[in-house]
Amino acid sequence: MSRSRRRRVLSAVFSGACAASVLLALVPLAFILLYLLKKGASALEWGFLFHNPKPVGEPGGGFANAIVGTLVLIGLASILAIPVGVIAGLYVAEYRGSRFASAVRFAADGLNGVPSIVVGIFAYSVAVLPVRRFSALAGGFALGVMMIPIIARTTEELLRLVPESFRDGALALGATRAKAAWSVILPAALPGILTGILVALARIAGETAPLLFTAFGNRFFSTRLDQPIAALTVQIYTYAVSPYEDWHRQAWAGAFLLVVVVFVLSVIARLATRRLERMHG
Amino acid sequence: MTKPTLPLLRRRRPRTRSDDAFFRFATGAVAAVVILLAAAIALELLRHSRLSIEKFGFRFWTGKVWDPVAGEFGAFPFLWGTIYSSFLALLVAGPIAIGIAVFISELSPGRLRRPLAFLTELLAAIPSIVYGLWGVFVLVPVIRRLETTMPESLRKLPLFSGPPVGVGMLAAAAILAIMVIPFSSAVAREVLRAVPSSQREAAYALGATRFEAIRAVLFHGRTGVVGALLLGLGRALGETMAVTMVIGNNPQASLSLFAPQHTMAAVIANEFTEAADQLYLDALVEIGLVLFIVTLVVNALSRLLIWSLESRSRAIPATAEPSSASTVEAA
Repeated sequence: MSRSRRRRVLSAVFSGACAASVLLALVPLAFILLYLLKKGASALEWGFLFHNPKPVGEPGGGFANAIVGTLVLIGLASILAIPVGVIAGLYVAEYRGSRFASAVRFAADGLNGVPSIVVGIFAYSVAVLPVRRFSALAGGFALGVMMIPIIARTTEELLRLVPESFRDGALALGATRAKAAWSVILPAALPGILTGILVALARIAGETAPLLFTAFGNRFFSTRLDQPIAALTVQIYTYAVSPYEDWHRQAWAGAFLLVVVVFVLSVIARLATRRLERMHG
Repeated sequence: MTKPTLPLLRRRRPRTRSDDAFFRFATGAVAAVVILLAAAIALELLRHSRLSIEKFGFRFWTGKVWDPVAGEFGAFPFLWGTIYSSFLALLVAGPIAIGIAVFISELSPGRLRRPLAFLTELLAAIPSIVYGLWGVFVLVPVIRRLETTMPESLRKLPLFSGPPVGVGMLAAAAILAIMVIPFSSAVAREVLRAVPSSQREAAYALGATRFEAIRAVLFHGRTGVVGALLLGLGRALGETMAVTMVIGNNPQASLSLFAPQHTMAAVIANEFTEAADQLYLDALVEIGLVLFIVTLVVNALSRLLIWSLESRSRAIPATAEPSSASTVEAA
């Protein structure tokens, strides 16, 4: 084989391998979605959504407690994380280049990489140990801690998309930096920041590990903040590792519900980001 | 008749330096929460693992016996399981992730680029508990069949020894690989995008084939590609739910792919609420502390590698960004 021919063959083989790796990665995605549809969608029925779990071993019952629990936990996390995350992101974007802003960004990146189970230990030692009780508050705190760095980073990235001329214009008109940030820069980036929050919500809604020893899970319906509370993910876990056939079915239904919510949030965020990029592109 | 005035000129309080200073201070104080949080996590973990650190010292990480009832805590099996499973996962996921990144950024027709990128991102959005569920009910039975149909002669190798139970190192590594691919490929894609197109043009101009041009691009972006893989490694090291559901949770270090094993994150998830005495709890927190430090180092390293590439690429003044903000500040 001539040298140039060998080079061309090698090139074709390499291109083929790259295409194959894309297919290879999409196979599990297809499989997972297929099983979710097959096993999850069929088990997703009225009773699943609106009933609480039956006593152990009794068939029937549903995930109503877990759905409400997850909503409560996400709400608590948002109350903590949205203001802190957005303002931290604003600070880093406004004073980028300053050493402190770099430190904040570095810390946020670091926090983003901390395993969620470690955040769970932290929340346990801060919010469970002192009062000696698992609680919705502790679970919300754990999720909030995970959410802060995500929001801070996306907010910063999106604020950077706002053209410099916006800030320059506001400052030239005599606005203070606070005024410029509040009434010019933030509103311009608001759609982006909202999508960033959606992405963060999608991510923490699927978290299990940080809730295991903070919110703990609860077989009963509860919205009390100082008591253990159920969560969709934790309940999927306990049902999945249980020996009951009916619980496995419900675990699949729960997973289906979770994935639908996460995907819808991701798609909305995706579309919104594209629009934003085109606007400021 | 009164003169019309611009709203901003009618402001009662003129803009002052102290206003700006207050804004900077107030937002900075909130931003400081992020730093404090990172510090607080480290401190709390350290505080709550003191008992175990003092009692066992470094022996904790070489001890092979984990028997909480007897008060014996050796964390080597977890350390081994975490490193082994992450290594295997990266071995599989690394080439695939790079292949995907290359395909999407260099080879695919422009129309396919966005949808493909989005599909791989969806893979990243699936919660780990769903991967775990899929692993338990779909992947593990497949692996069990693989184990039972494997010829006896191969089963004698240390790599494939152990009971054919399905759950074990192979299942964990496979799940981890699936979970790591979208992360590493997304970052690697960004990295390839940061490689200036002059690199590709130069290679093609010298008569390179496609593969040779891409090799030049990958070589130019090598630090970033390594960074992308490290980011995936960081994910794999800390992954908890999917792994604990399929690895078998057995604290026995083994080279065998089929043997049920354990990881650092998995043991915390499983035993934290059952830890009856203080020493047991502190031992688990120490495992968390080391996991925290290791993932922090791996992530910091990967960011540094990616940054170094990006700043190097930016050093070539292709698009000089006029920074108007700094001129305003200076004025």
